[in-house]
Amino acid sequence: MYIRQTAAIPAYDNRRKRIHVEWGTLLIYVVMLSLLMICMIPLIWVIRTAFIPKELALDLTAVAAPVLDNFKRVMAAAPFDKYYGNTIFIVLGVLLVQFVLITLAGYAFARIDFYGSKALFVLFLSQMMIAPEVLILPNYSMIAKWGLTDTRIGIMLPFFASAMGTMIVRQTIKTIPYELEEAAKADGANLFQILWKIYVPLLKPAYISFGMISASFQWNNFLWPLVMTDSVEKRPLSLGLAMFAMSYETGAQWSDVSAATVLVCAPLLLLFFVFQRQFMESFMHSGIK
Amino acid sequence: MDASRLATEMLCATEQEAAYEKALHKEIRNKWKRTAKGWLLLAPSLVFLSIFTIYPIMKSIISSFYIDNLAVMEPVFAGLKNYTAVFQDKVFWECFFNNLLIAVVTVPCSIGFAVAMALFANHVKKGKAIVRLGFTYPTFIPLVAAANIWMFIYTPIYGLLGYINPEWRFLADGKTAIWALIVMLIWKQAGYIMLFYVTGLHGISRELFEAARIDGASSVQIFSRITWPMLKPTTIYVLIITLTNAYKMVDHLYIMTKGGPGNATNVLLFYIYQTGFDYWDTGKASAMTVLLVALLLIVTSVCFFVQDKKAYYND
Repeated sequence: MYIRQTAAIPAYDNRRKRIHVEWGTLLIYVVMLSLLMICMIPLIWVIRTAFIPKELALDLTAVAAPVLDNFKRVMAAAPFDKYYGNTIFIVLGVLLVQFVLITLAGYAFARIDFYGSKALFVLFLSQMMIAPEVLILPNYSMIAKWGLTDTRIGIMLPFFASAMGTMIVRQTIKTIPYELEEAAKADGANLFQILWKIYVPLLKPAYISFGMISASFQWNNFLWPLVMTDSVEKRPLSLGLAMFAMSYETGAQWSDVSAATVLVCAPLLLLFFVFQRQFMESFMHSGIK
Repeated sequence: MDASRLATEMLCATEQEAAYEKALHKEIRNKWKRTAKGWLLLAPSLVFLSIFTIYPIMKSIISSFYIDNLAVMEPVFAGLKNYTAVFQDKVFWECFFNNLLIAVVTVPCSIGFAVAMALFANHVKKGKAIVRLGFTYPTFIPLVAAANIWMFIYTPIYGLLGYINPEWRFLADGKTAIWALIVMLIWKQAGYIMLFYVTGLHGISRELFEAARIDGASSVQIFSRITWPMLKPTTIYVLIITLTNAYKMVDHLYIMTKGGPGNATNVLLFYIYQTGFDYWDTGKASAMTVLLVALLLIVTSVCFFVQDKKAYYND
């Protein structure tokens, strides 16, 4: 290796090679930055339409100071504050239960060697493959039988157990040295103390990355709330937005629909924009790979 | 002398055996203890998993054998009639092939874009955050909201593409509509997949790349011999996500095409929704649910078992 490196390679060759590589790099930059632009266009477009005065919305070259008129009209036309409340309630409720369940289950899969663990593992994986939203019809009829349609708890129930979350916790726990647990055991800590004092703090990256995925899933979930809810008051944001957009003729009220769309997307996007670094780092340090 | 030594040795051996057996018993007893502990910890998840995944599958299988629609008062046992009805239903096959097309196109495209994006996001020195944000933000937008936005793009004359050519009517044309939706789905999910590849790349040791570079490997060689093989566990996981997503992403249809024109953009899950909740044909919708579940299980199992068994989950 070293011999080859120190051997006299003509300087000319070296230079030519470098220039060649730089052309390739330039090409890659051009392609990838164009791709980036294309990816960004829908966002830029919807934000522009939401903030520009309504009468200028269809003029592509129009420039104007951003106004909030469109948002005011949207808030007056549909109870988006109520939708917000419902969605936040659902997201936080689901997350809370999920965090408890995936910690217990993930620990069991990572640390305990027990009869049936393989079979249960496959069972968990099957949930990852199928997912509750495919089973929309039988789940609906079951929840209808319990009289829980048109309730927020009915929307939340099918998502309390999460195979994906369990897998992420399991993988993360496997990266934590077992000695920590043994030391705590020697000090007489019981299982729940061990989980709470040792694992929960160290699982923070797993919670953040899974939390972000799960929160965005619930925030965005549509088909299930669509069949579950009848009344306007119980609708989450995604459903409220769809109903709002459907109530207009195509193209007629773009400013309003854009404003509503921005209203619905903004919280998660802002959260992601602000905590991007932490989120990415958590993602890398949790067991996801 | 020898005999007595032999005797003590034998005694020792039996003692050892006894001790070993005792330890084994203790181990087994411990394992049962651990089993109780393991099941106890898994119980809460298992309860919800059974109620909302396992039981509904069983229930779908059972109700798929009954005629249960608006024409009958009570479900009537019908054997395989629902299944024959499904298989003779032209719309079902249209949905099936649309799903197939979506899977065949979105899976490799999303993965390809995601890998390129991840490599690029890792490579850039300045503006890393902007690159990551620009590629991943569609993940955090609801699919219905994305559908609204893309309606503004695709709508003829007034839409964004209308500024280029007012005659384009991608969503209204049965031939192009599904492709228009596929483009949107790739845009929606490539950033999500990128997250996994960024993480996967992070896990590859730097020394591998440095060694390869010192040995004079080209960028293409480094990618094909090191990066891509090392990303295999990520790829398997991502394959499962994208393949199942290809069958689960339906929300945009509600806004954009309702499955039309005709059934040119309809897919299985949306057709199940229509059959179950618009036409109230529970029997037929159940049969299709069973078929969709079977399809998903087959597709994902193939991913698990055809690929390297050692990867990721079977450690």
